[in-house]
This record gives sequence, structure tokens and C-alpha cells, in this order.
Amino acid sequence: MVKGKAIVFGKNVDTDVIIPARYLSSSDPKELALHCMEDIDANFSQKVQVGDIIVAGSNFGCGSSREHAPLAIKASGISCIIAENFARIFYRNAINIGLPILECEEAAKDIEEGNEIQVDFNSGIIENITKNKFYTAQPFPKFMMEIIKAEGLINYIVKEASEC
Amino acid sequence: MGMTMTQKILAVHAGLDSVVPGQLIKVKLDLVLGNDITTPVAINEFKKIGVKAVFDKKKIAIVPDHFTPNKDIKSAEQCKCTREFAREMEIENYFEIGQMGIEHALIPEKGLVVCGDVVIGADSHTCTYGALGAFSTGIGSTDMAAGMATGEAWFKVPEAIKFILKGTLSPWVSGKDVILHIIGKIGVDGARYNSMEFVGEGISALSIDDRFTMANMVIEAGAKNGIFPVDEKTIEYVESHSQREYIIYSADEDANYIKTIEIDLSSIRPTVAFPHLPENTKTIDEVPEVLIDQVVIGSCTNGRIQDLRMAAKVLKGQKVHQRIRAIIIPATQSIYLQAMKEGLLEIFIEAGCVVSTPTCGPCLGGHMGILAKGERAIATTNRNFVGRMGHPGSEVYLASPAVAAASAITGKISSPEEVAKW
Repeated sequence: MVKGKAIVFGKNVDTDVIIPARYLSSSDPKELALHCMEDIDANFSQKVQVGDIIVAGSNFGCGSSREHAPLAIKASGISCIIAENFARIFYRNAINIGLPILECEEAAKDIEEGNEIQVDFNSGIIENITKNKFYTAQPFPKFMMEIIKAEGLINYIVKEASEC
Repeated sequence: MGMTMTQKILAVHAGLDSVVPGQLIKVKLDLVLGNDITTPVAINEFKKIGVKAVFDKKKIAIVPDHFTPNKDIKSAEQCKCTREFAREMEIENYFEIGQMGIEHALIPEKGLVVCGDVVIGADSHTCTYGALGAFSTGIGSTDMAAGMATGEAWFKVPEAIKFILKGTLSPWVSGKDVILHIIGKIGVDGARYNSMEFVGEGISALSIDDRFTMANMVIEAGAKNGIFPVDEKTIEYVESHSQREYIIYSADEDANYIKTIEIDLSSIRPTVAFPHLPENTKTIDEVPEVLIDQVVIGSCTNGRIQDLRMAAKVLKGQKVHQRIRAIIIPATQSIYLQAMKEGLLEIFIEAGCVVSTPTCGPCLGGHMGILAKGERAIATTNRNFVGRMGHPGSEVYLASPAVAAASAITGKISSPEEVAKW
């Protein structure tokens, strides 16, 4: 369960704007977070608060495979991303590093900047406290849920190996 | 139900008789690839797994190509960390400066991918090798780490879109124009999660370099992979670059496609993608006057020998416009050498271009041609997102080597048909 205020973006938010390549000479998440989203929202790193939720249109995270993109978002304090849908490499990168993401067209279209949002990952229910509305996200397949529960692919692999 | 070419390759690598779209499978990997940006992150994750060795020293390739030759101290540190890991793990296919090239031009050239392979790479343009009838796709650093440790990756079996290619390309039109045309038609998420399977009699006339360019950019339509059937040209390429045995897969006749799109190659015009998405395409005939400051000919999309030949054909005996910085980047050392032997480098330098060592460099705004605020480049690269080649207030127009070379001469986006003397 996470709770935070919504920061809203449009569609086709690409990984070059999530973290511009000029900062990829570092892989330190804290350093990357300082520049997260700066090419589309110069104030993002100042305004984001721990727990905030990114809400976006379709194809979020398109472009480069840089894992620095979800790492920068996670290190910014963002607790969850809700989008109409995600580009596939970003989707698996987010799951793999343990950054919760949800696909929900209705929520992505209805939630407005600053709305207070609460997300229950077990049920997939997204509550818009400001508007007193509920939306239901696409559930994760079982296998992916296990990676999420392990808080990432590496932990999942380690856990799987120890059980063999 | 029949399977597509992609589904067949995945099924075999998952040890299954058949797979269906949406099925989650674990597949055996023939190659795991990384570069100087993504590998350092993968190394961190690899160490957390706690294994002492990679799954197979021959099946990992690491190519420091993005910020190399090292552009600054931080990049040098990242390359150093990558190099030391490669030595420690005795990774056979680590390519140092002097041997390296842009990864997606280098890997096929070194014979590290053949028909029927499953390849993952921590670089989104890993989809390039679909040109050789392999399943190859981009993943992130954590998947690379897991792949290096286990030799496996998980996938959701994709649905497919069939592109039937007919006819032959007109002069000055190349694979770049075809793929830009397709992305313009279906959009940057038009093939999200899907395979783009190219078929049809039009393929036989497309060179392997054209196919590499097309497969390279399927990610710009959101695709998981792009794939071409294996024909005589593929076999000739693979056999002349690799000693490995290969398996030819082809789609079942009753394979299911969620969509079928016919493309008449003969009707495709030189095509340009305007800022800030690869889907914002216009044919050269629709392009208004757009003055430019820089031309980049290179990248994993268009830095191969055919691309350089095409650019040289346009630039031969001509001069780059005095306002233009024209940067030519052969994608690998052997392409560079070949271009030198063929006299292409002389044509470029006499025209007033600079010729760089292989690097991704300006394509992702790394180095070797960064744009200032308000500047415009026409580039043979693959992305024109905000800030891609430098300042967020700069612009990138994507085009073929022929259009980029023609534009270098006139200082504005131009057709090679109007500019070339030959």
C-alpha cells in the first residue's frame, strides 16, 4: 500500500527525458535522481516528495533500455507509476528493480496533478482520495507478482536458487 | 495453431513444442550483450547474485561504445569497471578501443549472432539482429546481470504484426526510409510488445545493411523484436562472418498475426522524421525549408559500409555548406578501413566533413557533436526525442545517409535527387 500526491505527465514520456544521456556517466541512483525529468519539468527534483506517484499517458518509458530511468525515478522518492500503458523495456526494468508500476487507463485519464492517491498492490485498487473515486488496475501475472514480492529480479533469483 | 517465426525460435529455446502469445516462458540465451553505460549497473546486480562466474564466457559480449574513447573522467571510470569485470570473468568477447565498433554493427560482423539465435542486450537497439533471422531484443541491466549469471531470461511470448513488402526501392531510397515510413504509419507505440515480422517478395532486393537498419528501428515503434526471413543473402552474410552452425526457422502457414500491413517499396520516397518523435514523418516532397547546423552520418542504424557509400556518392566532388558541421562516423574499425580502401574517407574529407573513430557519441548526446540551444541537426541516427543530441532546446531530424549528405551540401533539408551529380 502506498499513498502520495499525483505528478501528471502526458504520453510517450521517453527515457531520454526521464534521465538525459548526459548524466549517464554515473550510475549512482541519488545522483541520477537530481536530474530526473529535468528536460520536461525542470523543477521535478525540487518538487517531488517521498511517496509521490507519477501518473502518465500511454507508452511511458519508450526509447532507450537504460535502467537508469526507473532507478532515477525510484531514487527521487516516487512510490509508484500509474500509466495507460508502458513501453516494454521500461516495464520489465521497473519490475526488475522493484519499482511498482500499474497499468490503468481510467486512472491515468482521470487523475489530475496534485490529487491524493492511494494504491493497494494486492487488489490493484487505486483510490483517488481527492475525487473520492476508485479505479482498478490490470493485475500482474503470478510469476511477475513473485518478482515484485521479492522486491526485484535479483532477489527472486537468489531466493529461487536457495530453494533448489 | 501455427506459430510465427519469433514464436518458433522462442519455443525451441524454452524447450517447448509450442508457445502461444501471452505465455510467460524462460528461454536459453545464445548471447548476452552490454555496453559501457549499461554494464556497470549490471555488474552491481551480478555481484548481488553471488555467483563466481558467468554462465558461459563465450556467450557474453561487452562493447564499450557509447562514451568512448572515454569522453571524461566519469566515463573512463565506467569503462574501467567494465574492462576489469570482463578480465575477471574471462569474457572472450570484450572489445577494447581499436577493436571495437558500435555494438550492433560489430556483433554481426564478428559472427557472434547467427540465424535462429536468441540474443538479449542491455541496449534497446539489440533488436538489430532480427535482420539475420534471429530473435534479439533489448532489456535492462538487471536482466543482463541475470542473463550473465543464469544464461536465461523470461519473456512474454509476443503477438505479431506481419509486414508484406512488395516491389523494389527507387534510387536514393533505402531501408531507413522504409522503416521511417512504417513508424510514421503505425506510430511510436504501433507495435508495442509485438514482433514485427517482415515477409514478401520485396525482401530479396533489400541488402543485409538495409535489413539491419530496418530491424534496428523496430524499437521506435515499440516492438519487442523485428525479424526477417532467412534467404540467400542472409546465409551468405552469416557464413562469411561466422563459423557457428545456424538454424533456419520460418513461420507456419497458419501462424496468427494481429494485423497485416502491405508496404509497396516502390512508392516509398526519401523520408524525414521531424522533432520530437520518430513517428513525425514527412516525405522529402512535403518538407518545408528547414535550415540546419549539423549533419551526423553514422550510428548503429546507419554507420555501415552501404551507408557510407551512399553518403559518398552524394558528396563526391561537392563541398559541405559553410554553415554546416558534417560528422561522419563509421560504425566499426573494419567499416572504417573498408571506407578508407574505397576512397570514401577522401571524398568526405575533401568535401569538408570530419571523420570520427567508431562511437555512439552524438546519437545520444554523449560527445563528438553536441547541439547548443536552438541548433538543428539532420542525422542518420534513430531517435529525435527532446534533448537527444544535446540541449533540450535543440532539434534532431532523422533521415537516410543520402538525405543527410544532400542536406550537408545545401545547408537545409534536401533531397539527394536534386543535389547529387552522379
